[in-house]
Amino acid sequence: MTETERHDYDVLVIGAGGAGLRAAIEARERGLRTAIVCKSLFGKAHTVMAEGGCAAAMGNVNSNDSWQVHFRDTMRGGKFLNSWRMAELHAKEAPDRVWELETYGALFDRTDDGRIHQRNFGGHTYPRLAHVGDRTGLELIRSLQQRIVALQQEDHAAGGDYEARLRVFAECTVTEILKDDDGAIAGAFGYWRESGRFVVFSAPAVILATGGIGKSFQVTSNSWEYTGDGHALALRAGANLVDMEFVQFHPTGMVWPPSVKGILVTEGVRGDGGVLKNSNGDRFMFGYVPDVFKGQYAQSEDEADRWYDDQENNRRTPDLLPRDEVARAINTEVKEGRGSPHGGVYLDIASRMPSEEIQRRLPSMYHQFKELADVDITAEPMEVGPTCHYVMGGIEVDPDSGRSSVPGLYAAGECASGMHGSNRLGGNSLSDLLVFGRRAGLGAAGHVESLERRPAVRDRDIAAAAATALAPFDTPSDPADAENPYTLHSELQKAMNDLVGIIRTEAEMSEALDRLGKLRERLRDVVVEGHRQYNPGWHLALDLRNMLMVGEAVATSALLRTESRGGHTRDDYPTLDPAWRRRVLVTHVTEDTDSPADDTVAPRVDVEPAERTPMREDLLALFDLEELEKYYTGGELAAHPQGGRSAP
Amino acid sequence: MSYTGRFRVWRGDTDGGALQDFEVEVNEGEVVLDVLHRLQATQTPDLAVRWNCKAGKCGSCSAEIDGRPRLLCMTRMSVFGTDDVVTVTPMRTFPVIRDLVTDVSYNYAKAREVPSFTPPADLAPGEYRMQQIDVERSQEFRKCIECFLCQDTCHVVRDHEENKEAFAGPRFLMRVAELEMHPLDVADRVPAAQEEHGLGRCNITKCCTEVCPEGIKITDNALIPMKERVADRKYDPLVWLGRTISRRR
Ligand SMILES: Cc1cc2nc3c(=O)[nH]c(=O)nc-3n(C[C@H](O)[C@H](O)[C@H](O)COP(=O)(O)OP(=O)(O)OC[C@H]3O[C@@H](n4cnc5c(N)ncnc54)[C@H](O)[C@@H]3O)c2cc1C
Ligand code: SF4
Ligand code: SF4
Ligand code: FES
Repeated sequence: MTETERHDYDVLVIGAGGAGLRAAIEARERGLRTAIVCKSLFGKAHTVMAEGGCAAAMGNVNSNDSWQVHFRDTMRGGKFLNSWRMAELHAKEAPDRVWELETYGALFDRTDDGRIHQRNFGGHTYPRLAHVGDRTGLELIRSLQQRIVALQQEDHAAGGDYEARLRVFAECTVTEILKDDDGAIAGAFGYWRESGRFVVFSAPAVILATGGIGKSFQVTSNSWEYTGDGHALALRAGANLVDMEFVQFHPTGMVWPPSVKGILVTEGVRGDGGVLKNSNGDRFMFGYVPDVFKGQYAQSEDEADRWYDDQENNRRTPDLLPRDEVARAINTEVKEGRGSPHGGVYLDIASRMPSEEIQRRLPSMYHQFKELADVDITAEPMEVGPTCHYVMGGIEVDPDSGRSSVPGLYAAGECASGMHGSNRLGGNSLSDLLVFGRRAGLGAAGHVESLERRPAVRDRDIAAAAATALAPFDTPSDPADAENPYTLHSELQKAMNDLVGIIRTEAEMSEALDRLGKLRERLRDVVVEGHRQYNPGWHLALDLRNMLMVGEAVATSALLRTESRGGHTRDDYPTLDPAWRRRVLVTHVTEDTDSPADDTVAPRVDVEPAERTPMREDLLALFDLEELEKYYTGGELAAHPQGGRSAP
Repeated sequence: MSYTGRFRVWRGDTDGGALQDFEVEVNEGEVVLDVLHRLQATQTPDLAVRWNCKAGKCGSCSAEIDGRPRLLCMTRMSVFGTDDVVTVTPMRTFPVIRDLVTDVSYNYAKAREVPSFTPPADLAPGEYRMQQIDVERSQEFRKCIECFLCQDTCHVVRDHEENKEAFAGPRFLMRVAELEMHPLDVADRVPAAQEEHGLGRCNITKCCTEVCPEGIKITDNALIPMKERVADRKYDPLVWLGRTISRRR
């Protein structure tokens, strides 16, 4: 075996998106030696693709906005399943985190009085999303990246070494978390994508900030990086996942041509005035306002159109309902034969504003459609349909510190869970990354400072991780059994897409679990060609085991939740069931000691229900009793100041 | 509407390599990256190529197509005839790692040499006030997706390896301009642009602007105005002194 490279740090951050970078900045500012590891080049993480904006109740455009309103919107969007503590911290701290980006050099679009401009988005009562045209994620990641460089420059000025206290290990993939004999975090194991060489990091605190799982689905807005690595690493390290049944399908992905199917069309198009239409030219969303939102949305096209200019006296357009509602509505329109030629619906901004205005507000959408689909969005409508976009489920964390149940293991960003409940509002992710990235950095720093001794990595774990990583280069006993990783991946994506997608049934999910079980067996025989240098086939083979574990977590959880809520819609249980509101589903690795040895590659998972802690009284009081009664069972509302009629 | 496309792809590593011919299915609406992915899935599972967003947003998939620096994900197959041989090679200015993947660390090293944003010391977070019209110029430069195609193209480094030491390249000269034009940046960046980042070596050929997938007018809006500022200083030390004082408030 080739020699393994070793590094020692105080805090190891896995992931260089918004969450990971913000966490690393915090840990380094606390004086700790910090490393960031990421699969792509520095500055290319998924966060770079975010378009619409970053939600924060700064009240720059409408001064009625406040953290309380933002908190309420977030809870409604998540159908009250959210970790209310996370939603509270998020709503309170997001403005400070956005302003802080300006001190790093970010240049958001401005209001007339020179403040940060804010745009409308689905589910947000007031214009709330700080943005830069439709490339907000780029601004966010570049500002954080430049802050990292600034910190490195400080270290260089002080001691001549840019990387003395903060180093980025780019194009390096972590495949296993390492623990010591007492079960505390000791570091991580990975390989350089470029050379295939192994790396061992020793660190008493690891922050997972690996993003989402979308590459397990066929039609997705997510890139190759989104293979659920952090989710699976946490499971294998002994931590829990929650809410894995909640997967967000964004209502507007491109549908044509096939090679771009799934690529995102930002919600900013609707926030800025674009409307959805079916093949009859009807603005169909008016027919899809669900009971829980009755009275909160415009009932006529005139009112909806007036709302863009006068929000005090009009209600918002139902085109801006939360994403789960819009995605289901589009699904129904297409199914009932009112879709566009390529199986989507129309998103029309061309007829709503002058061409120059569209190009100024939505430059990257204009560019994207022009270049990739030959469509001029200033002259004709776009064709759009649902695409797998975001996972609400993730690693179970303490809201205040990002700590998981494993000592020394922290998580933040899309791979963590709780903040968004059953459905995320657009724009709430970028702010989530900043708020909880910082908190995880603080949490991990506090943990390291409190340690009396540093946990040590175990050689046998390193040897086992190396053996697992190299297994795909071995030919199976019968070479005819050899499996191609690309084939397995596309079968897995198809199973998840077709059977655990936007609308679910018991029969289909059972079938999905069956197919995943077979893929699990075939994964043992996966074989890759070539050598270890920058070999994408090998990288995929190693990612597959993560996708498999995550796929099983999603399908098993979805099968157990016998109701429809947010990003989980069951054809066989089509309504929201208040009894399920406080119940969350927790995934962990099966503790079955006599399971087959091969399962160390992708250990099996179990899912069990648990209770969410009841909302603090002062937060509960922010809602009208009448609204809460749509979500809660009677007995749960006794604490509400409006009397909380007790259970019948 | 699919056909068999003819591709010639450079394969190799630090020890050398060669162009290899492939015949591969091409479908309607596809981009070059789709075809390379099909090659990976069906013929060359270990073909190395970088990509992430597949929508021209991340700047990962830079390479040269028929000798021209381009994003693989934004080059549509429809720009070629069905009989054309499409040649894909790695960016020439950077050392090859494997196949289409190059070592772009030069760019990250240069990024570190540009002093960071320096706001006024007494300006609290949340108190930043800037007019849209004043941020627009720097915003144009911040559209940069760091694909490094401009760096690949610029002849100052493309043809002269030895210049890499003293020349930041268009992307990072533009970064200097971005900060110089940031309404709240108080650092003086003009002398360093000339003396440390090598602005003087740029002879405004505009090749960088031509390849920028974001359509940023690097030469006209960043490099030439910076050169003008340098020239102003040279000929009129009083202007320089006066400006420095007024900028410092
Ligand atoms: C097209 C698109 C548009 C969006 N628009 C918006 C928007 O307008 N507003 C909004 O709020 N949200 C938006 N989102 C969602 C939001 O962008 C993401 O949820 C968010 O960026 C995730 O950030 P993160 O920091 O958690 O992870 P990411 O930015 O995805 O970063 C993950 C990091 O982890 C690394 N990593 C993963 N696995 C490993 C491993 N095994 N070893 C080492 N490193 C690893 C990756 O390399 C990467 O650096 C959008 C998403 C998409 C796809
Ligand atoms: S304009 Fe200057 S920076 Fe751009 S390619 Fe020409 S010489 Fe290089
Ligand atoms: S300026 Fe343009 S060409 Fe140069 S790195 Fe940025 S996006 Fe690429
Ligand atoms: S893959 Fe992101 S720019 Fe091409």
